[in-house]
Amino acid sequence: MINLTVNGVQHALDIDPSTPLLYALRNDLQLHGAKFGCGLGQCGACTVIVDGAAAFSCLIPVGSIGKKPVRTIEGLGTIEHPGPLQKAFIEHQAVQCGYCIAGMIMRAQALLDRDPRPTERELIEHMEPNLCRCGTHTRILAAIREVAHLQAADAPRENPPLAASHGGAQ
Amino acid sequence: MSRHDEHIDESVDESRRRFMLGSALVVSFSMLPGVKALAQEVIADEGAAVHIGKATQALAGSLKTNPYLDSWIGIDRKGKVTVYTGKVELGTGVRTALLQIAAEELAMAPALITFLTADTGASPDEGLTAGSHTIADSGSALLNASAQVRGLLMDAAAKRFGIRSNILTVRDSIIKAPDGRGMTYGEAVGLVDLHRMAAPVSPLTNPAAFHVIGTSLPRVDIPRKVTGGVSYVQDMLMPGMVHARVVMPPVYEARLLQANTADVLKMPGVVKVVRNGSMLAVVANGEWQAVQAQRTLAANSQWSAGRALPDPATVHRDLATLCTQHIEIANKHSATAAAVKTLGAKYTKRYMMHGSIGPSCALALFKDGAMTVWTHSQGVYPLRDGLAEMLSMPKDAIRCIHVEGSGCYGHNGADDVAAHAALMAREMEGKPVRVQWMREQEHTWDHYTPAMVTEVNASLDAGGNIVDWNYALWSSSHNERIVNAGRLIPAQLLEKPFAPAPSVPMVQPEGGGDRNGIPLYTLPNMHVMNNFSPTMPLHTSAMRSLGAHMNVFSIETFMDELAAAAGADLVEFRLRHMQDPRAGDVIRLAAEKFGWPRPPRKRNHGVGFAFARYKNLMAYVAIAVEVSVVPETGQVILEHAEAAVDAGQIVNPDGIRNQIEGGVIQSASWTLYEELQFDTNRIRSFDWSSYPILRFSAVPRSVNVHLIDRPGAPFLGAAEASMGPTAGALGNALFDATGKRLRDMPLAGESLRS
Repeated sequence: MINLTVNGVQHALDIDPSTPLLYALRNDLQLHGAKFGCGLGQCGACTVIVDGAAAFSCLIPVGSIGKKPVRTIEGLGTIEHPGPLQKAFIEHQAVQCGYCIAGMIMRAQALLDRDPRPTERELIEHMEPNLCRCGTHTRILAAIREVAHLQAADAPRENPPLAASHGGAQ
Repeated sequence: MSRHDEHIDESVDESRRRFMLGSALVVSFSMLPGVKALAQEVIADEGAAVHIGKATQALAGSLKTNPYLDSWIGIDRKGKVTVYTGKVELGTGVRTALLQIAAEELAMAPALITFLTADTGASPDEGLTAGSHTIADSGSALLNASAQVRGLLMDAAAKRFGIRSNILTVRDSIIKAPDGRGMTYGEAVGLVDLHRMAAPVSPLTNPAAFHVIGTSLPRVDIPRKVTGGVSYVQDMLMPGMVHARVVMPPVYEARLLQANTADVLKMPGVVKVVRNGSMLAVVANGEWQAVQAQRTLAANSQWSAGRALPDPATVHRDLATLCTQHIEIANKHSATAAAVKTLGAKYTKRYMMHGSIGPSCALALFKDGAMTVWTHSQGVYPLRDGLAEMLSMPKDAIRCIHVEGSGCYGHNGADDVAAHAALMAREMEGKPVRVQWMREQEHTWDHYTPAMVTEVNASLDAGGNIVDWNYALWSSSHNERIVNAGRLIPAQLLEKPFAPAPSVPMVQPEGGGDRNGIPLYTLPNMHVMNNFSPTMPLHTSAMRSLGAHMNVFSIETFMDELAAAAGADLVEFRLRHMQDPRAGDVIRLAAEKFGWPRPPRKRNHGVGFAFARYKNLMAYVAIAVEVSVVPETGQVILEHAEAAVDAGQIVNPDGIRNQIEGGVIQSASWTLYEELQFDTNRIRSFDWSSYPILRFSAVPRSVNVHLIDRPGAPFLGAAEASMGPTAGALGNALFDATGKRLRDMPLAGESLRS
């Protein structure tokens, strides 16, 4: 038996301990927010919060989690009572296809849990691992900024682009 | 985001408006050989051409193909209103926009309508959801069908009340007479038969009185998507459902020689190994069990060598010989002043992929001789027909129901994985089977957007006017949509394989590789050739905007070269050659919002401008951008963009903004960074590290979209309209920043390093 605490609720699951957390969440607990994107930790569609930090649930064996609490998008609010980030994403209509969005929100939530007032640069660096193909990035950032009390970024960049970027020269 | 809408009051008289709203879909006329001179309309975009009978030619949008009112709008005796579209939600928000159109003309609050999308068991057949056609085809049909249904119900109520219908009012499906008598739609529907053909003219609401169309109604799908609700086919769970994973060949045309199924069958949870020719898959009780079994099965299977891929270094040169069909799409001559200066340029684009974040997925259930498939295909009807042929089943025994998937941006693996699911389901009678491709399958078995070459030369007279324009493009197919079973990859792998229908070029005015190959500018002498390759060195098909991305990039960067040669301002030079007033309006608006003429730039920053009207018949987009370049690395960032858009009558302003913003960012990723990696042995872009796309650190600090509303004008599709103009503006901005004319995409990286 694998014991797992998700969104404050304890579960006992009779599954192979090598099963990635993502599959346990989606199929055994029927929490569909986190998505399968790559299975490689390269896109962030599966992002959840494990022990306070954003994590790729497609990579973590469920047997390795132990007592660490797991938080998923279902834990942030409901369709009737959305949480602050969920509300901001609705207000900014920060979704196109939306497949990446639960992962985006969970990664942003991990940042705000640690630092409710991040800088613009911290925000961008923190969000870097998650991919969006629809090009919803500007709205995603606007929604997070609203909750993080950050001013809109419509000012020239002060620093050169991050060295770690995959979005530039290869 | 900017919220400055520009309202330009265009006086369109009522009768003309009625025809305009219905005219957006008319594409071409052809003569049927052997039949007496009977003009027949042919709708030809992606997929199979659709022939329109004479009886429905005058109807609006998709009413031409689905003329019965009750195929669009159902009202039961309790007054429940159900509206059907044959289109699907691909993540563009169009479901909400279509709902708004129906709500407006049915005079109902959108929340009171049950709105259903494509399902071969229920909806009208509107072919594919592609090519920015949805709002023009389905939107125009729903606008007119809704208005006619409302009119019929009000006429019926008036007759019952014994009064004229034009003194009745209606709100939220309750019809009211001035004397206080009332009748619900549910009561009125008993007095009229809605199973009737639509009429060519509809009692449309005056656009000045619209109160749902033109508003930014929040998208109906977003609250569920941001709270973890079941939203995608990937999220569906059914009782007794099993999970399948497939093993794909390592390379095109490789045949399966041997598969070690015995070891796999011993693995936990494995139910079955399915092999049919070279189509190999495993079915398991648990999803992770299926993934593990798939890995073992793949590792233990042996394949023949398959077909060698082309050398990436010679792909563009090879197109010259592969393109065996030479189609003249424009040839125009008129007298001009003498040419004093001639310029020429050649451009290339590499193969790119759709890159859906969620790998393709489908569910299928075969029970009691009937097959049901839940799919994120862009065309449930074409898919059903392909599956029927593949499975040797009658079409009416197969039902394909659309359920949203991850954004596809064109023809990705959606149909193929649906074929996989159907093949598995047939082996697992009575059990729902869920199949999802793995990341490397989505990457390496995509229907890529083809590599292309374009070449242009043009001359200026002494006054700086273009006097001649010669343009040619080379490309393989942008349209391998499902027109037969053989177009489904799994069907090609079966023991009795199906062959794909031959590749054929798409026709103008929509075009395929030649989409937007004819400039909208007024050019006195113009010759344009579409050189089409019916063979595909790599599997290719439709990706957002098809050839328009490359053609607009080529045309718009070359316009800058001509403007420079003419000593003219880049915006003024475009306006000088543009007679379409709506094009002029977006060009001027984008320039004004950006602060054109060009403001002073920081070192290694540049600004650029571009324009196109998508397909020369959908939305108009002009865009000005600022880029920054890091000379040491060649890194390029799109810093800022101001776009002006005319999409006709606007249905949902924020929906259009969202699509344009997303298109600008996606096009920046394509244009600056993306190219498929492969060698003669196999595709090498198998994950996100071998196919990098734009990430947050390269996101523009702002993309502002300015809309020009045209009340009463036809709805124009906008979802793909910014791809080409963004590419052109980026090329021009990089020249401004570096002095280098970059003609080979992707533009960022090595070639900019100094």
